[in-house]
Amino acid sequence: MSAAAPHAAARAALREVARWKPAEYAFWAATAASWFLLPGQHLLLNEIAIFALFALSLDLVLGFGGIVSLGHAAYFGFGGYAAGMLAQAGYTDPLLGLAAAALASAALGFVTSFLVLRGSDLTRIMVTLSVSLVLFELANRLTWLTGGADGLQGITIGPLLGRFDFDLAGHVAYAYSLVVLFVLFLAARRIVHSPFGWTVRAVRGNALRAAAIGLAVDLRLVGIYTMAALYAGIAGALLAQSTQFVSLDMLAFHRSADLLLMLVIGGVGYLYGGMIGALVFKAMQNWVADITPEYWQFWIGLLLVLLVVIGRERIFAGSLVLARRAFGRRG
Amino acid sequence: MNAALEIVGLSRRFGGLVATNDVSLRLERGARHALIGPNGAGKTTLINLLSGVLAPSAGRILLDGTDITALRPDARVHRGLVRTFQINQLFADLTPLTTVGLAVSRRLGLDRQFWRRLGSKGEIVDECVAILERFDLLGVMNERVGALPYGRQRLLEIALAIACGPRVLLLDEPAAGVPEGEREGILAGVAALPVEVSVLLIEHDMDLVFRFAQRISVLVNGSVLMQGSPAEVAADARVREVYLGEEVHG
Repeated sequence: MSAAAPHAAARAALREVARWKPAEYAFWAATAASWFLLPGQHLLLNEIAIFALFALSLDLVLGFGGIVSLGHAAYFGFGGYAAGMLAQAGYTDPLLGLAAAALASAALGFVTSFLVLRGSDLTRIMVTLSVSLVLFELANRLTWLTGGADGLQGITIGPLLGRFDFDLAGHVAYAYSLVVLFVLFLAARRIVHSPFGWTVRAVRGNALRAAAIGLAVDLRLVGIYTMAALYAGIAGALLAQSTQFVSLDMLAFHRSADLLLMLVIGGVGYLYGGMIGALVFKAMQNWVADITPEYWQFWIGLLLVLLVVIGRERIFAGSLVLARRAFGRRG
Repeated sequence: MNAALEIVGLSRRFGGLVATNDVSLRLERGARHALIGPNGAGKTTLINLLSGVLAPSAGRILLDGTDITALRPDARVHRGLVRTFQINQLFADLTPLTTVGLAVSRRLGLDRQFWRRLGSKGEIVDECVAILERFDLLGVMNERVGALPYGRQRLLEIALAIACGPRVLLLDEPAAGVPEGEREGILAGVAALPVEVSVLLIEHDMDLVFRFAQRISVLVNGSVLMQGSPAEVAADARVREVYLGEEVHG
């Protein structure tokens, strides 16, 4: 081996880890194509895109930061209310609403991250759950501000970029959500492959060693948690804007629980898991609910039990293993 | 001139148990200093106190003349005090290359960069390759760390510490549990440590200790029994009694 060979090999290896895989191009091509090919499904697809973003946010916390959260709806709902109130106050530009929701949720995430840092896994689950329950009760009580159980009334959202009015069939909303999802995905992808992203993985992998190589463990977790809260807030704002309604339901516990299910279905730690999970979950919910409206949760439950008992890989007959390899998941 | 590392009257009590009892120790620049002692003598406790995982009940730790007793573990690393672990503490899902890469990034202050790709800076890659080569890890640099043979993981323990740019290195039993066939690799790795780094080696493997150390301290029941050159320690009757006599080394 000549002297230059290991350098070139190492450089190539590090490039390869972050390189776009063919399946990723296919994934996004199919996603873009769905806008053109399925115009009748845009309302459902819009919802899926929003939950995909929300699940991407949880993947940052859980798959990369290693923090199990049962209260991620707190940041989703907070962003939704922020965008809704801004619109109520007459600032109806959707992008302005997104920015406000992002800032508000990131601020909430930053502050609450210090609570989440305390203690072990179980404590963290309880803390995340408590934060979301407190927020839910606050929104319930502060009727003058949030409308309480009736939700925020009278939201009107202005046209996107001053040109495209939100339509009832969801064409504009879906395009809007998809572009936001894609842009935020690109940012997340860059960040998880950056030195910062690798240090977050290191903290999840072994916090003791992370500190022993000089990483401020707490700050890493604060960073990734705040970033995830920002993402969740934007997802909440997208839902608020495209439905022009915000209710307590956005902060409800079942949101956080469903979200965790989506991520578990799709797999954690490779960014696509949440998005695939959101698609499977929502599609199943929609499809099974058509057949048996009362029992769709039974089928979701059954899928989960099978996932756990048999294993995700074997259920999908290795296709997901291949997909993951193709998407470049590590470990 | 200041010692590279100086420990002054360091003590640590766990309830009634005194794990570290008034230990004082001077590590000169470029030292190859070994700390030996029977099981339960408090060697790992001492490393935990030095690296900041535990807080001492009394005493001070000076790194190059500066008191670091109150600093957090990561702040001590920034000042050049780095340790390895007796039981591997690695990132099982990463590769040796990314493991060393992130440590080098940290040392160069690039660990908060969130927009550039890891390794997009050539100097980082160059340094990673140099470190991996020194510890004979180039051939496995893209394997998953958790799947590496135990001996390779022990080498990565040391390589990762070197990637942090230590001035003082605390080696906690680098040869612990390494099968015979891989021992030479560890010995070579320890011998390949940069000369300017001051090393405190904790080890049970007497062969390694006497090959490596210029000076030896013997720790018994949390206290320093004696310090001296390898020849002095080997000749000391008390040491033979409490340590070498009791524990026949294989």
